Amino acid sequence: MSAVETTYREAVRAAIREAMLKDERVFLMGEDVGRYGGCYAVSMGLLEEFGEERIRDTPLSESAFTGAGIGAAMGGMRPIVEVMTVNFSLLALDQIMNTAATVRHMSGGQFGVPVVIRMATGAGKQLAAQHSHSLEGWFAHIPGIRVLAPATLEDARGMLWTALEDPDPVLIFENALLYNMKGQMAADAGPVDIDKAAVRRAGDQVTLITYGGSLFKTLEAAEALAKDGVAAEVIDLRTLRPLDDATIMASVRKTRRAVVVDEGWRSGSLSAEISARITEQAFWDLDAPVGRVCSAEVPIPYAKHLEAAAIPQVPGIVQAARETLGR
Amino acid sequence: MTEPPSGTHPRVSREHVLHLLAQMIRIRRFEEKCAELYTQEKIRGFLHLYIGEEAVATGVMEALAPDDAVVATYREHGHAIVRGIPMTKIMAEMYGKQEGCSHGRGGSMHIFDAGTRFYGGNAIVGGGLPLAIGLALADKMQKRRRVTACFFGEGAAAEGEFHESLNLAALWKLPVLFVCENNRYAMGTALDRSESETDIHRKAESYRIASQAVDGMNVVDVEAAARQALAAVRETGAPHFLECRTYRFRAHSMFDAQLYRDKAEVEAMREHGPIKRLTEWAEATHFIHAGDLERVEAQVAEEVDTAVAFAEAGTWEPLETLTRHVMAEEARP
Repeated sequence: MSAVETTYREAVRAAIREAMLKDERVFLMGEDVGRYGGCYAVSMGLLEEFGEERIRDTPLSESAFTGAGIGAAMGGMRPIVEVMTVNFSLLALDQIMNTAATVRHMSGGQFGVPVVIRMATGAGKQLAAQHSHSLEGWFAHIPGIRVLAPATLEDARGMLWTALEDPDPVLIFENALLYNMKGQMAADAGPVDIDKAAVRRAGDQVTLITYGGSLFKTLEAAEALAKDGVAAEVIDLRTLRPLDDATIMASVRKTRRAVVVDEGWRSGSLSAEISARITEQAFWDLDAPVGRVCSAEVPIPYAKHLEAAAIPQVPGIVQAARETLGR
Repeated sequence: MTEPPSGTHPRVSREHVLHLLAQMIRIRRFEEKCAELYTQEKIRGFLHLYIGEEAVATGVMEALAPDDAVVATYREHGHAIVRGIPMTKIMAEMYGKQEGCSHGRGGSMHIFDAGTRFYGGNAIVGGGLPLAIGLALADKMQKRRRVTACFFGEGAAAEGEFHESLNLAALWKLPVLFVCENNRYAMGTALDRSESETDIHRKAESYRIASQAVDGMNVVDVEAAARQALAAVRETGAPHFLECRTYRFRAHSMFDAQLYRDKAEVEAMREHGPIKRLTEWAEATHFIHAGDLERVEAQVAEEVDTAVAFAEAGTWEPLETLTRHVMAEEARP
């Protein structure tokens, strides 16, 4: 099948559109998703195609509309809830954590919550501290939900339908910097697996583990390392909960060195979890301590140079990889 | 108690009065037994008793149809019992046995039952309101004429989710019956110490939701109001709000020494208790006869004994299944 040029934004939109066409139970709701077209323009045009019942503008009430999505899922619908940014999802955290993630367990398996909640995450657009954080690692802490972080066009296009078929709550984190990313994608690109991490670049000297918005920086770092004679393997986690330990450990056992690149803060982070798992499962295969490149322990600043310095960047990833090689 | 209502109101027959009385007595005796079992350490965790508030669940549930949904709070034993979940399964849940209605995973605060569309059992104050909105939205979008009844205490009116949910229900015209069980104390804080507007139903009016206050100690009034409200919801699809003014005779939970209210106040309210009032009225109007009450009490005592025996005989879920019911067990497609 021929490839077509598309953007990450268009890929997400195509995924929503396809899901709406495939299943009448699917509807989208969130702030500005309808008349405005989505604050990141993801849902542009969908209101005209599907109408107000199914492309549903909500008041600025994160808790109520997220909870309504949860209730609607329990009532037999397949809602896609869009939360503008992960920062605002904290207003819905009670519903996500205390209801969506717990109902199946508290009801002894009687009720499931097949809701999909999408939100933007990440820094890089000079939006300052209340619009720039990467809190997906927090959500990955919670049993009872699945957490996805599509980095590629194929995953942006393909993860949504798989998520909608999942009988449990699925959170999809879209890095805000990726929406404008352009690339070629197969014209017939469809649903993808959401269980496995992907090896995005093969190498045998160090494993760079990352996801979402940091994937392309990490691939760039791997390219820089290659020029220097270091063959880095790059793993895109894709699913942050449950983590695909098998893919991570297989790579680390081969390369004997690992660096985790995570836009979350270092303390108590997803990178800490991954590092601990490598220590638990592959300690005797390691030739160096597991390295980490995370966000600085600071609320993300507004000024461009400070913001850039606060989050993982290519030179820092290259440096961390070199350190595991003693170079 | 005033004269029974007529017309579209509930049929007040001898049979019906006895039924209402029996339902309230079932809740009362079940919970008295729970309190006793708690002191024996058979039941643990938080135990929030509904004693004194029986008329609310009984009256509303009487008016609901079997395919309507119910969203309740952590003080939900009464709702669960009159909704029709077997008392045996509720008691086994109190014990934490796998034969319980939530298979021992929920306990007192998280009673769930798919068969009666009973969606918990929510221990986050106000947390059930968005869920009810969603259930009603699903019905509306799937063109089903069902109603979601959402119970919550007046303490929930202080939570943002109350306001967000009322706004959404009115804005989207969703078939929700909001039932505020105003027992005058949010945990240990009196209403006038926590709310600037103590007429809770007026808050609903500000969202353009049809709203009324009703004597929540009078089961006939509650049932009549619920029937009218539900008829309106079914007719218009729009939400309705009932503030049922009630009182809990017991502490907030078993850990509460009730230092925030006078014993005299509790005693005075007991005089207006829903079971006592219905009994006295039914005797005065000859709806119940000599021996009726004794017969109901005997039947309920037997039901409670059976429930306790069922729970005692129940089994503990094996530890190997600890991590069950976190994610779906059926394979994903």
